[in-house]
Formats: sequence, structure tokens, C-alpha cells
Amino acid sequence: MIDVYAREPEPELFRESLRDFLAQEILPHIDAWETAGEIPRWVWRKFGEMGYFGLNFPEAYGGQDLDFWYQVIFIEELSRCNSAGFAAAMIAHPILALTHINASGSDFLKEKYLISGINGELFGALAITEPGAGSDVANLQTKAVKQGDYYQIDGSKTFITNGVLSDFIVTAVKTENQMGAGGISLIVVDRGTPGLSAQKLHKLGWHASDTGLIAFDEVRVPAEQLIGQAGMGFYYIMQRFALERLVMAISGVAAAEDALEYTLQYMAERQAFGRPINKFQVLRHRMAQLAAEISRAKVFNYTLAQAYNDGAYQVKECAMAKLLATQLSDKVMTECLQAFGGYGYMEDYKIARMFRDSRIGTIGGGSSEIMCEIIAKAVMG
Amino acid sequence: MSSYYFTEEHELFRQGLRDFLAQEVIPHVDSWEEAGKIPKELWRKFGDMGYLGLNYPEAYGGIDADFFFSVVFLEEISRCFSGGFTITPSVQQYMASPYIFKHGSDFLKEKYLTRAISGELICSIAISEPGAGSDAANIQTRAERQGDHYLVNGAKTFITNGYYGDFLITVVKTNPEAGTSGVSLLVIDRESAGVSARKLKKLGWHASDTAELNFDDVKVPIENLIGEEGMGFYYLMGGLQLERLAGAISAVAGCEHALEYSLQYMSERHAFGRPINKFQVLRHRVAQMAAEIESTKALVYHCSRIHNDGGYAVKESSMAKLLATELANKVMTECLQFFGGYGYMEEYKIARMFRDSRIGTIGGGTSEIMREIIAKMVIDDKSYGNADVARPQASNGRSAKTEKAAPAKTTPPMTPMLDHLLPTITARAAKAKVLGSTLKFDFGGQQLVLDGSGESNVVHTQDSSADCTVDITLEDFNALIRGELNPMTAMMSGKMKINGDMGVAMKLQAILG
Repeated sequence: MIDVYAREPEPELFRESLRDFLAQEILPHIDAWETAGEIPRWVWRKFGEMGYFGLNFPEAYGGQDLDFWYQVIFIEELSRCNSAGFAAAMIAHPILALTHINASGSDFLKEKYLISGINGELFGALAITEPGAGSDVANLQTKAVKQGDYYQIDGSKTFITNGVLSDFIVTAVKTENQMGAGGISLIVVDRGTPGLSAQKLHKLGWHASDTGLIAFDEVRVPAEQLIGQAGMGFYYIMQRFALERLVMAISGVAAAEDALEYTLQYMAERQAFGRPINKFQVLRHRMAQLAAEISRAKVFNYTLAQAYNDGAYQVKECAMAKLLATQLSDKVMTECLQAFGGYGYMEDYKIARMFRDSRIGTIGGGSSEIMCEIIAKAVMG
Repeated sequence: MSSYYFTEEHELFRQGLRDFLAQEVIPHVDSWEEAGKIPKELWRKFGDMGYLGLNYPEAYGGIDADFFFSVVFLEEISRCFSGGFTITPSVQQYMASPYIFKHGSDFLKEKYLTRAISGELICSIAISEPGAGSDAANIQTRAERQGDHYLVNGAKTFITNGYYGDFLITVVKTNPEAGTSGVSLLVIDRESAGVSARKLKKLGWHASDTAELNFDDVKVPIENLIGEEGMGFYYLMGGLQLERLAGAISAVAGCEHALEYSLQYMSERHAFGRPINKFQVLRHRVAQMAAEIESTKALVYHCSRIHNDGGYAVKESSMAKLLATELANKVMTECLQFFGGYGYMEEYKIARMFRDSRIGTIGGGTSEIMREIIAKMVIDDKSYGNADVARPQASNGRSAKTEKAAPAKTTPPMTPMLDHLLPTITARAAKAKVLGSTLKFDFGGQQLVLDGSGESNVVHTQDSSADCTVDITLEDFNALIRGELNPMTAMMSGKMKINGDMGVAMKLQAILG
């Protein structure tokens, strides 16, 4: 809807091919996956074959080592597949789970997970949130006690995307009980390790994705599964949070844009009182306002994406982008659904799903209130 | 974000300007607000510093700087605690004098532009009338040609700089039957016989003079016509772009300033034993506003860059104006709240910021007009061409019913010159993806070839064979370029016939805009 300014043509060619791929291989199955509540394994393999999980990872591990704009396009196009649950699953694996292994993991871990994660043989989850603590990372309770060559993990994690079906879980644990933020570490836990169990959660939306409650009961994990240094987990997580928020902002705006285009299409076809409803001024102005706000959010995201690509550190700005984009997405979905009238409430049109899928945006990856805390601290001290 | 738009030179310029304003403006704004008038000597000082000619060539006394110097200028003059002050140089440099620069004769540039740049003369743009504002096609002020002069009769209102200013760029009807094609721009000296003005009392902007003007048999020499007769509407459509962008830049800067001013107060003011900036509910409110300001600024800078590069971003600038001025109202309302009772008193500047902001969503096209423009572009896929590049020919015939803010379809249809279209095509082709093949538009006798077989799209008019040939008349092609004809419609209605590789034709949209 808004032309990106001064962009290189190559990433846009990638967009075209990705869009074709999704239209051919993915879109026909989306409804079935939404009903089944999971995504079949061949999809991961297919994505791996196409190279979509390795866009930003080194060639040595099978990645493509491309600039961040390719990742932006990947996120945007996935967010236009009429299933944010599907998008979340496909984004969480490379951008949440693999990113930590690539950024801070040992050669051993990279050999073991990065290569097979990029080629789609294995897929992962990132588990931070617990029943009692989410953004308050320093207060996590899941313990990992070192016993010789092993860590023994006890505790639980919840709201974990890919938490039930994934092959491995990058887990935030407390290795030093007394130390608060300084005692947090990241460790990779394989599915199937004795003592590990997961339960699928029922959700308002995101139906295609499996969101898990994971229990760790005396789970023994070899010490070499630790990512980076013990006690550095908080730092690793904080470092990647900015990226996660930018990703959510990009995804929120892409979904909003998709919903608006979908709605404008409907409004051009739907007649009331003898004319298409896109001729009614009050609806026109509402859509104009939404289009303007979407453009603003998109330009802001792109500005930050450019800065991210250039290596800038932008915690405050990414929190701002996430806050605004997810709020906007909720607003756009609410208003767009309204334009469909009764049909908007029916599953015949995708707007109902878009509406419920959007609602997690202002909660996941740090709620709007957490974003405001971060911004306020940066602005007011 | 700043690093993407501003260089060290811009920042040095900002510092110098800020010092200048701290000395010459800020200490005096309260008395100017009180008096409802700004002393004329001030503008000479602005002129001496080069601040009124940032955008203009050196030949007229300007600085010829890139547009981001203007962005800095607009931002800094918006931080002087007086919207009434801000608007005077904004109108002077970005809303009125550009018409003379872009379309005026050498005579007009000599006589008015150089003296506006030097600060000797203050100008205004007189569009709105008691009965028509954004609906510029319906203005009633009449200019009748009588020998070597026009006789002007009518009234204008809400004219900034209209009372104390020196000349008015006045929108008049030279041909009342011709609709949008009957509109012209005239430079009228404020002191001409028959011009009378009344200073209007306003909710805010107290330092600035806003006038209602009456023209009673005012004789204006014909050499005071800007550009061509009948072209006024198109000049306006081109110029309002910059006016809206300037308004958006100013509004965002005003928001930032108000928030900084409020944060200062919140860190000093105590309640229940702590500074009020420690209360979470206020902190989150600030965070929300800071985020909205930052993102709006990103949009405004984005539009500024397009403007700087010679682009024509109607949709984006309308969006920026809409969002920035709406945001300003919100920010001022919330910031005033932080001050409690003090916010309502004139001893703090927030009261003035609040009332000065309120005009933002009205002046330069209301928010409702912005949404009309955006809706047309987003819902009806209408595109607005740039009158400066692909301009329609003035016509004395009656104009067809036209969209408000769009170039008119004139009757009889004009025959455009291919030469006039070339710069537009070349610019668009350069921005579009490399075609990977060659495409020829055959106008029957003349042709335009887009050679995208190399590293970039090259445009030329020599006849040669191409992978794909499009037969079309020059009139229809012009309509395509101006966005009045949809390529798909043109193809389906047979106005455009495509021979050869259809794949090339599918990429037409990118080039035709």
C-alpha cells in the first residue's frame, strides 16, 4: 500500500517468489491446519529446502547470510497467509530459537541444531515465560542445578509457541538461585528427554499453532547444551528482545495491511442502498484513517529495520514500534470486521480469524504495559 | 533515525538557528502575542541570515540548500512558544512565495521573490473565501481582464499575513464558466487602491495577523499574473503538497517541544511525596505519546525525503498532515493535563501551545479533506499527477465536472507534447524495476522506447524494434501517466493494444505509476 522508498530490487524479487510459493504450497492447507491445531512436519522440511529458515544465518551452517530486508519480507509474507498461528510457528523457530544458538551457542550446538534447524529437519521453541513470571525475567523459577556433567532441570514453562511439537526447546533457567538476573542461563533441551512433558493449551486464536505448557521434572541435560556462559542468559534474552519486538511490529503491520486490503475488496463488491458500500463517506473516512495509520507504522518499522540492518541498538524504538503496531492491528481488525457486517462474524470470511489472531499482539513478546514501562524509563529515567 | 536524514552541516545549522531564535525571538514572543503583531524589522534579520531563502536559488538571494535544511528551519521555529510566530515565516517561504518561484515570470521574481527572500516584503497566500476553502474550484473572487490590467472584485478570509503583509498571492476566477480551468493566481499589492482588510480575532495564534480581505474594483497590472491564465488550480494542487508537509513537520516538532516542556515540569512538581513523573499512569501516558510522536516523525521525514528527491507524494503527505496535526491536538490536551491547574494559567506556556495547536487540523485543508484525498487514492485507486511535470493545457472551454483535488479533464482534449512527458517517464523508469527486456509505445508516427535490457531502464524516442509494442494514442498515454486512465481498463477497452511479450506489459503498472 505504501511504496518503500529507495529499496533495492533484489529483495522484492524474493518477495514475489516467496508469495508464489506460499500461494501454491501453503494457502490451500491453511484452513485444515487451523482446524487440526497443528502444522504437519513436511511444511518445516519444505521451508528448510527452500532456504527460508536460513536467511540471516551464516553460509557455513547452510544459511544464506542475507541482509535483514529478506527477513522483513519473510515476516510480512507469512503474516499475509490468513493464519497468524501458522506465521508465529514459522517465525518462532528461526527468529526466536535458532537466533540464540547462532548468536551465543558453541560450535557443538551449532553443528547439532543450527544446521538441521536451517534445513528443516528439526524445529525449535524458545521457552522463557512461566506460570508465575513473563517479562519479569529476573524472577524466573525454573531451576537448573549442575550435577557433574549434567544440569538437572525442575520447573515449568507456559505459553510456548511450538511448545508441544518442536524437537528442541531453548529454555531460560535459573542456574544460580540467589543471583536474580545474573543467575539466568539458556539451555537447549531435547524433546523426548525423560522427565519432560508438554500439554497443548486451548487458545482464543492462533489455532494452527501449538502453544504448550511444558513441565520439567528432574530433566537431566548434558552441560554442553548450555548456550554461551552460565549466568549470561538474561543478557542474551535482553539483547534479542529488541529483534523480537521489531518482528512483532512488522508482523502486526503486515497483518493490518492485509486485513485492510481484504476489507476494501469486500467493500467494493458489497452493495447496500443501491451502491457499493465503499461509496459511503463515513466508511471511506474510517478506511482513510486506518490507511494513514498503517502507513505511518510501516514507515516507522522500515526505518527501524534499516537501522537494525546497520547494526544500531534501539531498545526504546523497537518497544515503541511493537506497542504501536500491535495496538493498531487490534484497531484495524475491529474496524474492518465491522465493515463486513454480519458476515464478519462468520467463518466464511477470513476477517473473523484475523480479528481473533490479532488479539495476542498486545500481550505476547512483552505486553503493551511492559513496552510503556521500557519507553517511560528511556524517556523519563 | 536522525542520522538517516541529517548531516553534521544540518546540525550546525540547527545550532546556529537555535541560538538566533533564543536571542531574537523567544524573549519577545510574549509581547508579540499580547500586541497581536510582530515587528517588521525581525523579518529583515531573518532575511539577512538567509533563513527566508533556504529553498531558493542564489540568483534570487537564496541559499539553495537541500530540503532538510528547511525541515530543520520548520522544526526550530516551531519551538518558540508561539504558533502565531511560527506561521509567518512558514507561509512566507513554503506556502506563498513558491508559486512565484515555480511559475512566475522573471519580472515577478525580481520584483517580489527577491524581496521576500531578503525579508523586505512579507507575503501571504489568499485562497479561502467566506464561502469556499479547500473547494478551490468554487471560489468567487473575480478578475476581469480590462486592457493592461485585471479588475478584481471579491473577498478572502482567514489569510495569514493578510493584514500587515505586503503582497498577496490571490486565487481568482479569470473565467467563471471554466470551473477549475478558470482559476488563476495574481500578485496583488496589499496597498493597492480598493483592497481593504479587517484583522480577525482568533482562538489562538495571537501573534499572527489573520485577515479578512475585500477587493473592490482593484486594478492589478496583467504582468502580475503568475504563470498562465487558467492554470491556477493546478499550481495550487502542486503547491498545497509542500504546505501540508510543512504543516506536518511543524506539528510534530510542536509535539516534541510540548512533551519536553511537560517532562521538565513533571520532574519538578511533587505530589504525595514524590515527583509526579514517578506515577505509573502518567509515565505510561508519556510513553504512549513519545511512541506516537516518534513514529509520526518517521513518516514526516520519509515524506521530506521524497520531496527532497523531487518526488510527488500526495498520499503520504496528506497522511502525514492528517496524523501529525491530530496527534498535536492529543499531545497538547494530555500535556496540559500534567500541569493540573497551572496548565490553565498563562504563566506556563502549555496553555498557549494548547490553543495554538487547535488550528492544525483545520488550516491547509481540514482532516476531513485529508481523508477525502486519502480515500480517493486508497479506495478508488485514483492517482494525482504533478502539475509541474505533466501539466494539462489551459482551456477556455467549459470544463467537465472534475474531482476536487485532481487535475481536470479539459475539453476539447489537448494534444500533449511527447517532450513534456519525457521527464516524468524517465524519472519513473529510473525508479521502477529493470524490465529485463524492451518495450515500445507506438503513438503512430512518434514512439517512446523503454530499454530495460541492460543494467537500468533507458528511455529514448528513436524508433527501434522491441520485445513488446504497445499501440496507444498520445492523449491516452498522457491520461495513463496522469493516472486518469487505468492500464487494465485501457487494455480492455482497446485504447491500448499490446503486441508481443505480455510479460513485459504486466510490468507496465510500475512505470505508469
